[in-house]
Amino acid sequence: MYDIIVIGAGVVGASIARELARYKLNIAVLEAGSDAAAGSSGANSGIVHAGYDCKPGTLMARLNVQGNAMYDRICKELDVPFRRNGSLVLAFNDEDVFQLERLMVQGVKNGVADLRLLPANEVLEMEPSINPGVVAALWAPTGGITSPYELTIAMAENAADNGVEFYFEHRVESIERKENDKFRIITSRRDFVASCVINAAGVNGDVISKMAGDDSFIIHPRKGEYCLYDRKWGNMVSRTVFQPPSNMGKGVLVTPTVDGNLLIGPNAVDTEKRDDDCTSAEGLAFIYSKALESVPSLPGDGVITVFAGLRAIADEGDFIVRPSGVSEKIIHAAGICSPGLTAAPAIAREVNAILTGICGPLELKKDFNPIRKGIKRFRDMDWEERMQIVKEDPKYGRIVCRCETVTEGEIVQALRTKLPVNTTDAIKRRTRAGMGRCQGGFCTPRIMEIIERELGIPMEYITKKGGSSRIVLGRIKDFLEEGGEL
Amino acid sequence: MSVKTEVAIIGGGPAGLAAALSCYRHGIRNIMILERDEHLGGILQQCIHNGFGLHWFGEELTGPEYAQRFIDEIRKTGISCLLNTMVIEIKEDKTIYAVNSRNGLMEIKANAVILAMGCRERTRGALRIPGGRPAGVYTAGMAQRLINIEGYMPGREVVILGSGDIGLIMARRLTWEGARVKMVCEIMPYSTGLIRNVRQCLDDYGIPLKYNHTVIRIHGKERLQGVTVARVDDKRNPIKGTEEYVSCDTLLLSVGLIPENELSEGAGVKLDPITGGPIVDEFRQTSVPGIFSCGNVLHVHDLVDYVSKEAEITGEGAYRYINGRSPSDSDYLQVIPGKGIRYVVPQRIYGDSDVEFYFRSNGIYKDGTVELTDGEKVLASKRLMRMVPGQMERLILKRELLTGVSKTKKLQLRWRNRNEEDDAECS
Repeated sequence: MYDIIVIGAGVVGASIARELARYKLNIAVLEAGSDAAAGSSGANSGIVHAGYDCKPGTLMARLNVQGNAMYDRICKELDVPFRRNGSLVLAFNDEDVFQLERLMVQGVKNGVADLRLLPANEVLEMEPSINPGVVAALWAPTGGITSPYELTIAMAENAADNGVEFYFEHRVESIERKENDKFRIITSRRDFVASCVINAAGVNGDVISKMAGDDSFIIHPRKGEYCLYDRKWGNMVSRTVFQPPSNMGKGVLVTPTVDGNLLIGPNAVDTEKRDDDCTSAEGLAFIYSKALESVPSLPGDGVITVFAGLRAIADEGDFIVRPSGVSEKIIHAAGICSPGLTAAPAIAREVNAILTGICGPLELKKDFNPIRKGIKRFRDMDWEERMQIVKEDPKYGRIVCRCETVTEGEIVQALRTKLPVNTTDAIKRRTRAGMGRCQGGFCTPRIMEIIERELGIPMEYITKKGGSSRIVLGRIKDFLEEGGEL
Repeated sequence: MSVKTEVAIIGGGPAGLAAALSCYRHGIRNIMILERDEHLGGILQQCIHNGFGLHWFGEELTGPEYAQRFIDEIRKTGISCLLNTMVIEIKEDKTIYAVNSRNGLMEIKANAVILAMGCRERTRGALRIPGGRPAGVYTAGMAQRLINIEGYMPGREVVILGSGDIGLIMARRLTWEGARVKMVCEIMPYSTGLIRNVRQCLDDYGIPLKYNHTVIRIHGKERLQGVTVARVDDKRNPIKGTEEYVSCDTLLLSVGLIPENELSEGAGVKLDPITGGPIVDEFRQTSVPGIFSCGNVLHVHDLVDYVSKEAEITGEGAYRYINGRSPSDSDYLQVIPGKGIRYVVPQRIYGDSDVEFYFRSNGIYKDGTVELTDGEKVLASKRLMRMVPGQMERLILKRELLTGVSKTKKLQLRWRNRNEEDDAECS
């Protein structure tokens, strides 16, 4: 029996869980995937938007600007990389310039600070790799970059440290209203009972809403594809470089990542499938050709991985953060597309306010600890720190992932948090092991050995990302005994 | 911990081992091998098939046997080998930073450094194969490690993309273990692996090798469900209408090896954009004096025997360097690839001894001659019935033929068809 069940451990669900962990509440988070940030929160641009692209007066606009302002503190508390590297929106012709002026007016209305229109020479001085055909740019110094999955994981870890329970691979299948005004939530594994349900199910927000009898909105998934470049190209630009937005979104961007890579994307393709994270040849060719318009020297090779994520676009055209019409004890945080990552901390506050409005003032926990320490990265340490840590823990002297210089010590740490993770993708998101140029070619077997040893999961049951994603299917010779083909 | 050594060798695979022994034979005694794995021998330890050593030992050995012969020699010399040790950085002044669990962080000051880090495999991401991101997509080398070292089967129904040697070997290996290898797709009209491997690993087991075919999509959310393969045109673009869905739970990629030179670049070593390895002279000295390079980190070899042979050269190079007999930049004669040649190593020569060039072609050529030329003058040549990209070729240049060749000139290595002169006369 829980006071609150949050459905979804993406950045919105994790942010809400952490926010509510301040209070004396019994909270559980149910997640269909095998980890926090397993869906769209793990596959997006990682941009903390300034807030000039949202229509003034919308919830999106307000929560974007509020959320942006909360980032410095939240990332500091949670030990998550965040850099206000600033954003540039490029204009290549008069029509684009007109767009920039419109964005600027919009931004000012939304309360975005320090926006400026820059002439071409200043733009090129800031970013020499940009297409010299640029005529002007909108400069938003409050724009930033973070690691969206690290932030989500950090929020979830901090929530877990403060008593929130996380249930991964628990897909919600139905929601029943009980007579005592409670909800029974039936998942793929077990049932949960709660007084209050918070719907943070991302691209499945409307599916969850319907389970509770509320069909007031529909989510249309819109796919975005990306290419991630090797660190070698991480310095091509230092700001996030946008093109003028269209009705399909903010367009293709070129940005450094907080990990030192270069990211290009996304396109925008409407799709019906809610689990469709497939990339396409056309999509990848499109984003490359669009990115070339911003940065003509972008190399054709040097990509280390491609991926896609789904935006959860609500038919209402705005974020949906409100109690459901069927019961005020169901609170939606749905239709959170871009700038959802930026807005997530503010959405959590909004949900907190709604909950307080319904239940009255919540009692604060005395021992809430907002601080979460991330995994100490060997790669980022100086000589002295490295010497010290290897002395304290020899596991830090064994490099497992050679591309990203990740040690066994870091991998063991990733497995020893309160979040129940056991996949190679979970380790990748936490430590970057397998995220480098060889994409796990060397380290995957070694990581599997560490998982086997630490968690007691036999090698053949270790998965990449839960479900049926096993990495090896059995011992050798087993296939022959089963009467294989030979 | 801070130590000094005469020669530090980065990598204890076949190249590093042969380089270390060669240094020892040249009288160098303070030699250190830094190996990141727990064993010496490198990738040979997972290559349990035979076919190694025909040129070097005159007999057929398995990978571990080949490695062991070198390891046994090393053990007799007292060369120090640091295992489980990762080199993090190499500085231009040949200071090396490395780490392991036992010694912690180490600063190693070396007089000479031999880079022998080998290569890594090209990945799905580098090819940008679209589709889902399920488990079941592996590089051939990773699958080889899973089976031969860890003892686990990656899957039951397999498609292999690329006909590189590891992919071919793995087709046979997986078949032996009861998996069904449905096909090998090769985007080029020829195999990038050795001909003998195509025969012994595919033909003998009835595994189809589809030339001019590639994988254009990966299907599956959790575990791989299948792939779409398609024929490609002569620009390697998929041809519409030729798509075929092949169900499988495993896709192996054997689509090229990339010399692993991040450490080299950090030391200021200049790379050849074609080989992906350092630009070297005949002693395999890089653009940084005292830093040498050999084996697959220099250029991708197809036979380990020539890795050993190449690595031996660096011992003499290191000996010369330590004793102040190293050439300077102005002493070099450039060697560039000409018609039909993709790359040639070494890229520049000093020329005070005979030089053996290693090279690869950029396509299939039949019945002709490879010539090393100084303008119109042919300095060395070799008749080849067939020259294919999958097979590294060699050509020896005698030292005396270089007398009188101006250092400002560039030598060119090129292919000439046997009937080229006839053609010229006709036209």
